[in-house]
Amino acid sequence: MTTSRTRRSSERPPVALVVPAVVAAAVALLPLVYLAVRATEGGLGAALEVLLRERTARLVLRSLGLAAAVTAACLVVGVGLAWLTTRTDLPGRRTFGVLAALPLAMPSYVAAYAWISAVPGIAGFWGTFLVLTACTYPYVYLPVVAALRRADPSLEEVSRSLGRGAGATFRSVTLPQLRPAAAAGALLVSLYVLSDFGAPSLLRYDVLTRVIHASYRSSFDRTPAAVLSIVLVVLTVAITVGESRSRGRASQARIGSGVARRPPTVALGAMAPLAVAACVGVAGVALAFPVATLGYWLARGSSAALDLGRLVEAARSTVGVSLLGALVTTALAVPVGILAARYRGRSTRLLEHATYAGHALPGVVVALSLVFLGVRFARPIYQEVPLLVLGYAVLFLPAAVGAVRASVAQSPRRLEEVSRSLGLGPSAVLRRVTLPLAGPGIATGAALVLLTAMKELPATLLLRPTGMDTLATRLWTETGSGAYAAAAPYAAALVLLAAVPTFLLTRTHRVAAAADAPVLTETTEGAGR
Amino acid sequence: MSRLEVRGITKSFDGQPVLRGVDLEVPSGAFAAVLGPSGCGKTTLLRVVAGFERADAGTVTLGDTRVTAPGLHLPPEKRRVAVVPQEGALFPHLTVAQNVAFGLRGREARRGTRATELLELVGLRGFDQRMPAELSGGQQQRVALARALGPQPHVVLLDEPFSALDAALRASVRTDVRAALRAAGATALLVTHDQEEALSTADVVAVMRDGVVVQSGTPQEVYRFPRDVDVARFVGEAVVIPATVRDGVVWTPLGHLPLTEPARDGVGTAVLRPEQVHLVPEGQGLTARVVETSFYGHDASIRLEVRCPGEVDLPVLCRTQGEVPAGDVVGVQIVGPVTWYPAA
Repeated sequence: MTTSRTRRSSERPPVALVVPAVVAAAVALLPLVYLAVRATEGGLGAALEVLLRERTARLVLRSLGLAAAVTAACLVVGVGLAWLTTRTDLPGRRTFGVLAALPLAMPSYVAAYAWISAVPGIAGFWGTFLVLTACTYPYVYLPVVAALRRADPSLEEVSRSLGRGAGATFRSVTLPQLRPAAAAGALLVSLYVLSDFGAPSLLRYDVLTRVIHASYRSSFDRTPAAVLSIVLVVLTVAITVGESRSRGRASQARIGSGVARRPPTVALGAMAPLAVAACVGVAGVALAFPVATLGYWLARGSSAALDLGRLVEAARSTVGVSLLGALVTTALAVPVGILAARYRGRSTRLLEHATYAGHALPGVVVALSLVFLGVRFARPIYQEVPLLVLGYAVLFLPAAVGAVRASVAQSPRRLEEVSRSLGLGPSAVLRRVTLPLAGPGIATGAALVLLTAMKELPATLLLRPTGMDTLATRLWTETGSGAYAAAAPYAAALVLLAAVPTFLLTRTHRVAAAADAPVLTETTEGAGR
Repeated sequence: MSRLEVRGITKSFDGQPVLRGVDLEVPSGAFAAVLGPSGCGKTTLLRVVAGFERADAGTVTLGDTRVTAPGLHLPPEKRRVAVVPQEGALFPHLTVAQNVAFGLRGREARRGTRATELLELVGLRGFDQRMPAELSGGQQQRVALARALGPQPHVVLLDEPFSALDAALRASVRTDVRAALRAAGATALLVTHDQEEALSTADVVAVMRDGVVVQSGTPQEVYRFPRDVDVARFVGEAVVIPATVRDGVVWTPLGHLPLTEPARDGVGTAVLRPEQVHLVPEGQGLTARVVETSFYGHDASIRLEVRCPGEVDLPVLCRTQGEVPAGDVVGVQIVGPVTWYPAA
């Protein structure tokens, strides 16, 4: 009988879970709340004055313009590459298919470093546009590839048999099927662009993130930074809401089209060389050029004196604070994730959504808010490790909660019921069954948080203890002062670090698919994020 | 091991009634089966008895202990009701021995002798250190049973535990499970939609429909004297024919037949079982045309149409262990009493 499994639990969640979950939610919402307090502290008039400045409007337009331009370019590049690599007879399409996903492993500020160090004149809008497009088009490419593989080829065959050509069929039949996937990807891209601090800053293009940082650094009046932060948060929240809406629609569009048949292949004919050139071009801009530049600076740098001691020191503190961040984040995420997976209800959903705040909060905003808080209320931990760790927790809670929720939901509820009937109370069941089973999934989530934290730039920059450097902040400092060769080892280390989660993600997907086989398969509703 | 008593249990999900006043009694040490089509509420009943769901009304009593009553809901871990779910639900992160010892306490759990004993009881000696994924489906079910018996529960609940097994394995696992339950002296409640399984395994069969138990009794009672035509159809194959009772004798297109119990005069329906339809040489008994023959090896099922002079031919199902008729036309004789239900 399948009906009983999806029902809401009739049991009230244990206090031992609710209390820490409320703490986690409070931590996640803290920056947002305090930002609002801080922005209006100088009086509503002062805040309004900043808000209504002509410069503010220009900044917003500039940020939105960059986001729109990058998103449009990503749609063209992402959908185009997806179609070429899945539906045509493009020579070497398998290789191009793999290459097209790789830029995901390139932190945008590393790509920015590569470009500005080789072509200083690229600074400004076009450089930022180029770098961000090259780093984020995989957000469109990957879901569209998946949608193209899922799409029912018989629809296209019907269209062809009714007399429409390949082009007309693509426009009128295939594209509408891709729209939900492409839209979800596009919204992710725009969110990324609005929140990104590293690339626009290194490429000296004034968008909200860069100006917020600059105004915090240069002025004693904190109101402008706080007000601009709120403006930025409003933009990202609007985009996040849009993204989750389109995600809902996308998952509905998926139902009922599990197709095993291979879709028909379009012969490119005379267009083949052009298509290959386009693929090579994208790979060149997004991968080959940054990697080559990096190689060049590495070679130059090693002829100069490489400060190995400094590199090791930075690597050590990177690992240290990131490890702490991952542990604290996961500890906060576990109760929320269990509640979300096992005790579904209005209040638990509210708690879960609160912890997703970090998803919409740009790193620079979280950092700034914690700086304000630290200076005012927590002097002893201001510019100390605990505050930085707190920042990581706010930023990465969504990822950790998603991992916990998904892995708890995956372990069958039946097992918990059986344990109860064998005489174990709720907390013993949690300790002996739920957590051991969800353990590997939670650990993977923690590892991802660790690796993401190691690459984090803006929050680390603002919250790190005085005198402490991470790989990211060293790269930032060296690039800022034009010491490109000195920056190269840090950039290389970061690229390696970023490659790890990409590899890990594809591997865990495969492992998860293989683990479906044994003993029990119970369908539980989808993973968090 | 104790008696299980369920009285007037009701339960709704989102305003949709699933259980509408279930009554059920299982004597101590008996093996009972709740038989019903999917969606009749039998799994919900089992979950209420186990304490996984709260009943809206009614009581559940185990031995002398009330575990569910208005304002009372003993949590599952306090009920001493063990569950063997459909898929076995072994803990994938624990060995077979650790699974079996899961519900044991203190010294028993540490020594490991009780786990070995239980594994022996279900015929899996020497499997202690295997992981669940290394076992076949039937072995997993038997480990799940051993685990359930570990803490010496009042009642063992089995939720369609054999339906995931293939047909060849099902019968043998069923026999093993019943033997193990007997040896442990456990009171057991099996939930199933398979009438053959219920009739062959249980001491008591309760037929459930639309959230109530419509009939319960020994397998023979339920099969021989079904309460209504639907129960008759559900617990086995049935030949349903129009019938009229006049002066204590039932008249049907197949002639007048003896009744299982005396009935008042009236119009209604008579039910007999296909094995009561015997084939006789052509020319004897009633004349019937063979419509379709399905041969199963141990027996055969033959769809017939009995010629009824002056009326439409009557479709009748026959189960025979004898020769499958070669010709198109056979003779038919009805043996034994039929049940009769007056028209509503």
